[in-house]
Amino acid sequence: MADILVLVEHRRGEIRDITFEMLMKGKTLSEKTGKPLTALLLGNDVGEMAEGLKDLANRVVLIEDPKLENFNSEIYQRVLGNVIEQEKPFLLFIGHTAFGMDLAPTLATQMKAPLATDCTDVMVDDDQIRAIRQTYGGKLNVEVRLKPAPCSMVTVRPASVSVEDYSLAGEITRVTSPLTEEIASKRFLEYVEAAAGEVDITQANILVSVGRGIKDPENIPMVQELAKSLGATLSCSRPVVDKKWLPKDRQVGTSGKTVKPTVYIAIGISGAFQHIAGMKGSGTIIAINRDPKAPIFNVAHYGIVGDLLKIVPALKGKISEAFA
Amino acid sequence: MEIIVCIKRVPETADADIVIDRTGRDIEKGGLVFDINEWDNYAVEEAILLKEKYGGSVTVISMGPEEVNETLRRALAMGADQAIRLTDPAFEGSDGYTIARVLSQAIKPLSYDLILTGVQTEDDGYGQVGPTLAEILGIRHAAVVNQIEGIESGRTRVHRELEGGLEEILDLELPAVLTIQTGINEPRYVSIMGIRKVAKKEIKVLGLRELAMKPEEAGEPGSLTVVEMVSFPPVGEGAQILEGTMDEISDKVVTILKEKGGVA
Repeated sequence: MADILVLVEHRRGEIRDITFEMLMKGKTLSEKTGKPLTALLLGNDVGEMAEGLKDLANRVVLIEDPKLENFNSEIYQRVLGNVIEQEKPFLLFIGHTAFGMDLAPTLATQMKAPLATDCTDVMVDDDQIRAIRQTYGGKLNVEVRLKPAPCSMVTVRPASVSVEDYSLAGEITRVTSPLTEEIASKRFLEYVEAAAGEVDITQANILVSVGRGIKDPENIPMVQELAKSLGATLSCSRPVVDKKWLPKDRQVGTSGKTVKPTVYIAIGISGAFQHIAGMKGSGTIIAINRDPKAPIFNVAHYGIVGDLLKIVPALKGKISEAFA
Repeated sequence: MEIIVCIKRVPETADADIVIDRTGRDIEKGGLVFDINEWDNYAVEEAILLKEKYGGSVTVISMGPEEVNETLRRALAMGADQAIRLTDPAFEGSDGYTIARVLSQAIKPLSYDLILTGVQTEDDGYGQVGPTLAEILGIRHAAVVNQIEGIESGRTRVHRELEGGLEEILDLELPAVLTIQTGINEPRYVSIMGIRKVAKKEIKVLGLRELAMKPEEAGEPGSLTVVEMVSFPPVGEGAQILEGTMDEISDKVVTILKEKGGVA
């Protein structure tokens, strides 16, 4: 009772990283507050998954039902509403992911629970929950206070918690699925895989990546030239794909590809967290941006502040000379 | 097909130098340029595409002061039929839940098949208002929609964008709220002529009283979360900024590339 609850996110038989990140955060808060940490696992035939989570929480609550085979926010909401009534958790963590964004707001509204979304940190002092979230594309941190309530909810930004090893030796509690009739108002039909593109940017040794700052599709060949002079592959951030200036298979980030090249050159990319999550593992990151406060400079090793339309041609000239 | 689109006017901050205001709970908005939230622009376009395909009408709704009329007129110029602006000093400080609550009061008396919102806003980035609105109205929803396949016998087939290029296809009962992802379409260009043509179009204005809400249900009192303070994110080690002339900077990059490898 009054536990810290973490909703396990999994897809096609795999537990997603956000789950371990939330458990890590939950464990820290559990130690501080003395409230037990519980992992909440909903699915079909996921007993093995529950075994794997035992060490990471004081308890794993397992609810299995064929209707929980694939994620469906309405079915999840029905089950979770029930669990919250029974368990009366103090705080429920859900990932700020495609899964959580479809589920958390409606669940919170149903349970009259205060909800802080897309949080990078959560603090609890004397049962007062506060969260840190970012606004204005990562340019500002906002500290939010959740008004006291029987149950509060927070969605956690992926990759905002670093995970360490720990062991809690928890136990598994099976709870019978409360689902009776079919829910037909929202139906999961199938997954659609991304079509394979002409290049695989995940295999590139050097990526020259272009973002919104390029302003005009006519400027893309200039960046392409720079990439060519380095023997690099051209990639991009989301806005360039949204505008159909480059195909989707070139996109780096959460909804595109995760890359780890030796060198990553970010040109006109401000550094939304979805992009950073997809490239922060790169060996050396060089960023070119007009705005010295762009979040990309927080992950870049080297930065150039200025007009990319001037810098890119100058750079291309020198590189062609040096690596001719 | 009656479609409602909820839109927001937001400050453009990508290239702007932002300053924390005297309250310490927000930024100075004086010198900033405002425009329609990027996600909402795609949502308006999607609504108009649906209207062109299935007939019906599009109503745009926004919250905020008189300047918001500009954003609503932009949507009218794109092809929306009616515009409603919700405004009241009591709305100040509303969180995602309370914004959805105010919107729901305006939407309840209307007839609708679909409600579209952006996935999130560029400023607050809650990603919460659309689904919350659906729950308050007691209708279905799907978040992060990047394709609407079609609408048939009271249901719609939509694609939701998941991570890593994966999508899922859902079949939903109408009416429903869909939160629209960027890139779903190519929003049409709005000309100055187009905006002039709708300059005289009436924008319905509703306040707390018209929405049958009490002051304690709106703004901070009605909200479940409260902004305490804002600050600039701590900068980690940060990047080493290369300085000098264009040539000097380029030489430094060449040296880095030689040292760090990767270049044959």
